[in-house]
Amino acid sequence: MAYLDHAATTPMLDEALEAYVATAREVGNASSLHAAGRRARRRVEESRERVAAALGARPSEVVFTGGGTESDNLAVKGVFWARRGVVPARARVVSSAVEHHAVLDAVDWLAAHEGAEVGWLPVDAAGRLDPERLRAELAAHADRVALVTAMWANNEVGTVQPVAELAAVAAGHGVPFHTDAIQAVGQVPVDFAASGVSALTVTGHKLGGPAGVGALLLARDVAATPLLHGGGQERDVRSGTLDTAGVVAFAVAVEAAVKGQQEYAARVSALRDDLVRRVREAVPEVIFNGDPTDRLPGNAHFSFPGCEGDALLLLLDAQGIACSTGSACSAGVAQPSHVLLAMGADHDRARSSLRFTLGHTSTPADVDALIAALPAAVERARRAASLRSPR
Amino acid sequence: MSGGVDSAVAAARAVAAGHDVTGVHLALARNPQTYRTGARGCCTLEDSRDARRAADVIGIPFYVWDMAERFHSDVVDDFVAEYAAGRTPNPCLRCNEKIKFAAVLDRAVALGFDAVVTGHHARLGPDGLLRRSVDHAKDQSYVLAVLTRAQLDRSIFPLGDATKAEVREEAARRGLAVADKPDSHDICFIADGDTRGFLAGRLGEAPGDVVDASTGAVVGSHTGAYQYTVGQRRGLHLDRPAPDGRPRYVLSITPRTNTVTVGPAEALEVSQVRAARPVWTGGERPTAPIECEVQLRAHGDVVPATVTLDGDTLHAELRRPVRGVAAGQAIVAYRSDPAGDVVLGSATITG
Repeated sequence: MAYLDHAATTPMLDEALEAYVATAREVGNASSLHAAGRRARRRVEESRERVAAALGARPSEVVFTGGGTESDNLAVKGVFWARRGVVPARARVVSSAVEHHAVLDAVDWLAAHEGAEVGWLPVDAAGRLDPERLRAELAAHADRVALVTAMWANNEVGTVQPVAELAAVAAGHGVPFHTDAIQAVGQVPVDFAASGVSALTVTGHKLGGPAGVGALLLARDVAATPLLHGGGQERDVRSGTLDTAGVVAFAVAVEAAVKGQQEYAARVSALRDDLVRRVREAVPEVIFNGDPTDRLPGNAHFSFPGCEGDALLLLLDAQGIACSTGSACSAGVAQPSHVLLAMGADHDRARSSLRFTLGHTSTPADVDALIAALPAAVERARRAASLRSPR
Repeated sequence: MSGGVDSAVAAARAVAAGHDVTGVHLALARNPQTYRTGARGCCTLEDSRDARRAADVIGIPFYVWDMAERFHSDVVDDFVAEYAAGRTPNPCLRCNEKIKFAAVLDRAVALGFDAVVTGHHARLGPDGLLRRSVDHAKDQSYVLAVLTRAQLDRSIFPLGDATKAEVREEAARRGLAVADKPDSHDICFIADGDTRGFLAGRLGEAPGDVVDASTGAVVGSHTGAYQYTVGQRRGLHLDRPAPDGRPRYVLSITPRTNTVTVGPAEALEVSQVRAARPVWTGGERPTAPIECEVQLRAHGDVVPATVTLDGDTLHAELRRPVRGVAAGQAIVAYRSDPAGDVVLGSATITG
């Protein structure tokens, strides 16, 4: 099997898995006062320090959560509620048109149920945000903006955003800036303090840790209203017994991913460049999507004119190649990607897209397998798509 | 894979027979959310999940194919238009003809598949002849008789030799959770089962007269002729009783004058049936009249008849009269056979 879907999830690192298993054998609730509880708490706090050190944050800024979606929801809704609670006029959310659904739908929910107004920032044809657009947005509305949220790197087309510049613009107006860095950590350099952001989402299973555990890095001066009420375990912002083994394994994975980032990026981007070159040779009409230089090292995203992405996915799956259309499903039916549409692609091009993402276990053999299967799959997908033209 | 027990077992049997099988669920509703709470029918999200779970248990890939636009234009719009024209369509038959063994099959073949496997209860053996299921109560050969030779040649019906009870037992044995899921009976795109309401919402109210066939007198009124089917007795709301005091039935619907004509049960009896667009798959297309049996609606009686094909029409002389023959339904000709009655051909009833 050629696994080319590391952006969906990537295998756990050996050291993370070993740390998980070793910790999971121990009993202890990190909130308990007895010896077993203290042992668990020590593991959690050591993990917090490791995550903080790896990502340029203070330990008290690390809020462990149940993963990326929870962290995004906590940042978007929590900061919105907290800021509007202080100044009722602050009911505007500024976001980008290419966010992951964990942010997009949280923003839409605030608009639908909390009376939020939304300022959507557009992207260019490469999927890149323009800090000038944010500057103009905040010049017009800063006193009414609860928060700005914009991803560090796009999960579909791999474009890396000018996050530090965007954060500086927001900071200039005193507006908190959240970034979903789920795809970025371990792939490109990520430093919380140096980037100037107020909140940052990271999750375990995209960087070699377990699924179901992540963190929101939340600057100490940024308030967030909790989504989950209960024991208040995490800075009173997040309740729920911590998954000690998950947190330990997450911290090990974050540390390893950040430490190995440079070497990883060099190796994987070389493999990715080879993949892109050979896909272009095999299917000359292919369109390479996303920013050619400011992009995630493992991401290759294409549109295959005349094909439907989901037909290609089926055909490649049948040949043992795992990839993704990268876009969301509605009742199992692939919808045209909102990211591609925001980049100015038409409906057909958006539906003809396929994402290949490499990761820490990828080898040249994976690329060979893709190139061997791709031309026949494209030909068949074209035949199938031609049936859809008007009868 | 609809999410029901039949298609799940059909898929499992196809795998057991050595085929390389991919499960496909059809998304047929333009807006799946509209059917979310309608537990009936074949297009709810829950059904899609049941189908996916069955595919996982069988161990085959599973995909949802979006056929909503095709389904809407070829089946739903056609259903409404047929009622508006005073006919009684069979949407399951139409779906087989236009979607499952046309749009789906064509796409599958283009993608490199050889055939479509479905959970229909009918037999299709190496002789290429379509036969009734061993389970006569569940037999679906009537709604498959519209398939052409080319369509049948790319179809596999693995369930024809099993009764429904056996299919359920096999599903349980194979660990398929849909083993005891209730059968669906209703039209899948009418989630609440209210066909009249569905048609009224699309065709609007069109008041007209109910006329007695023998006297020509107006005996009542209706709010839309499309609400009636030939042979129907209930829901006529007649103002005046018939002179003989006996019940009256819908004899015909005339869209041009928006009239529903009623009369006594005997007047429903038909001995001659004309039909259009014949399909013949049970051997050579006959050039002379043949003796066979015909079925005039789903789960309807079977009567001996003489069938003649002439160009694009089919004519049947029934040996004994039949009541409630509705235009728009299919006439299916069978040859009785100890190995399972063979579908000879079919056509759409015009009068």
